[in-house]
Amino acid sequence: MDQQPKEPVLQVQGLAIGYGEHSVQHDVSFDVKPGSIFAIMGPSGCGKSTLLKALIGLLRPTAGVVHFGHQDYWSLDQAQRDDLGRCFGVLFQGGALWSSMTAEQNVALPMQMFTQLDAAAIDALVQLKLSLVGLDCGRASMPADLSGGMRQRVGLARALALDPRILFLDEPSAGLDPIASRRFDDLVLQLRDGFGVTVVMVSHELPSLFGICDDGVFLDAETRTVIAHGAPTALRDSSDNPTVHAFMQRARTAGDEAPVSSP
Amino acid sequence: MPVASDNPRLTTQVNGGDTLITLAGNWTTADDDSTAAAPAIAALFNRQELKAIAFDSSRLGRWDSSLLVYLSAVSLAAAPRSIRVDDGGIPLAARRLLALLPQTANAPATPPRRPIMVERLGLRAIAQWDELLAVTVLVGGQVLQAGAAILGRARMRRVDFLGCMYDAGIAALPMVALVNVLVGAILAFVGAIELRRFGADIYIANLVGLAQVREMAAVMTAIVMSGRTGGAYAAEIASMQGSDELDALRVLGIPVQDYLVLPRVLALTLMTPILYLYGSAIGILGGFAVAVSMLNISPALFMAQTRSAVTMHEVGFGLTKSIAFGALIALAGCRIGLKAGRSATDVGHAATSAVVVSIIGIIMLDAVFAVCANALNI
Repeated sequence: MDQQPKEPVLQVQGLAIGYGEHSVQHDVSFDVKPGSIFAIMGPSGCGKSTLLKALIGLLRPTAGVVHFGHQDYWSLDQAQRDDLGRCFGVLFQGGALWSSMTAEQNVALPMQMFTQLDAAAIDALVQLKLSLVGLDCGRASMPADLSGGMRQRVGLARALALDPRILFLDEPSAGLDPIASRRFDDLVLQLRDGFGVTVVMVSHELPSLFGICDDGVFLDAETRTVIAHGAPTALRDSSDNPTVHAFMQRARTAGDEAPVSSP
Repeated sequence: MPVASDNPRLTTQVNGGDTLITLAGNWTTADDDSTAAAPAIAALFNRQELKAIAFDSSRLGRWDSSLLVYLSAVSLAAAPRSIRVDDGGIPLAARRLLALLPQTANAPATPPRRPIMVERLGLRAIAQWDELLAVTVLVGGQVLQAGAAILGRARMRRVDFLGCMYDAGIAALPMVALVNVLVGAILAFVGAIELRRFGADIYIANLVGLAQVREMAAVMTAIVMSGRTGGAYAAEIASMQGSDELDALRVLGIPVQDYLVLPRVLALTLMTPILYLYGSAIGILGGFAVAVSMLNISPALFMAQTRSAVTMHEVGFGLTKSIAFGALIALAGCRIGLKAGRSATDVGHAATSAVVVSIIGIIMLDAVFAVCANALNI
């Protein structure tokens, strides 16, 4: 667990994504080192979540390759992709919990489907995962009866269900108050240190980005490609690209006058 | 004195009050049956003189959550007996994760007490009464709103109303036509064989015409509509419930009754009788095709006989029934959608029960109409 290979766990080269004729991003390349918390940053609507979909197998990219270890993800057939996908844990925006199952059942389902463990062992693991993410009450509640923060935690516990090697988080702190969001960030850090997972996180929440991410890419909405690589703090302190600079400093860009609220 | 355990991954060494647990091999969910460790924990804590537990993980291979399950079980068992657990021998990463866990066992949730038979009966009766009240409020409200709508004072958008009319009307034509033409043809087939034996071929027109206009067109059209439209109303409103859309309407002060229920109830109540007329005509056409091709009846004769058999009274009777059926289907669909739960399964349940309730309601209402018609000699 402590010895980690030095080569990147995830390598993206020349990736282009889009829906039909409509291109969302092109020439996206980056490496994710093992054990890092990697940020996919950018303004709203720049295609961060679409890029994430291409990484977790929900949307076939129009060009480029995605390597997990030595495997070219999109050249595999569906069954091999599914196998590989079992090393991913994905926390969707808003949790995407299965609404007709309790919190516990949501976490248990992946284990029931993909492990040989008996019911008692699965229950012990479910309780452990829910304790790890700090969900102390409401474990037998339906998702509709949980608060947003609790749903997010259950979503994280479900993402951790199969002890993934890579954890993908889509806007994990969206909808959480600053304190809850900070605690969630700490949790991600602790889980990274504990399980040694690699985290790929889509976010535009500056406190989270500066707080826990140690590497990242910045996607631009105008040019539709990557305009900066590096840790969010490094980009904040030293990027001379005006868009990146404005984003990181929470400033207005040129031509964006004060009283006019930007979309 | 070392105690050998039959689990190679777990060796326990006891030295007076101190116990050293040696973890070896792989502890992962993939190559593990975690339950094997459970009796070992029980045996460990059976000894009275146990004072402290320490770990040695120098021979530990790969590990994941299944190791954490074991370690947290040990520390949870140790806590109430104030046995010292020295976690210095546990891998640092595992120690970090264990620190996230609560130090005391969560009280197991007590399952809610199951009410006894009499209580269940009472709860059921109260629920039924509440439902009756709610349905009464809904029906009364809809009647008042319909009045307001005629005066142009309901908060219903014309575009929603037209959309619902299209859905419940033109869009349903092919299905209503298919079902009714087949029913008319089947009636003619069944009748033809019997009537020919009596030489009463011509009465096939009476059979098809009366059955179609009085009963079959109204009932079959209503059943088709409850399947395609009533179920859709329930599913649509239930899934709006699940995504907080109804709350969004309420907060804006848009009455759900006006905005969602009224256009649906009005549209279906208006369109079902029209579909009934269409269904009657096309059903007679189906009977006509069979009669003319199988029996010795000329088209003109069939038409004349039908016209004399089917009076405006009969049409009025069927029309009245289909108005009632339309209102019933729409009200049942909307009511069931409004009281549905919020999960995906609830949407499915809502659609199913809307269809079931509508169909049972249609048949029951039809029986009531039949009894009334008999008593009043209509």
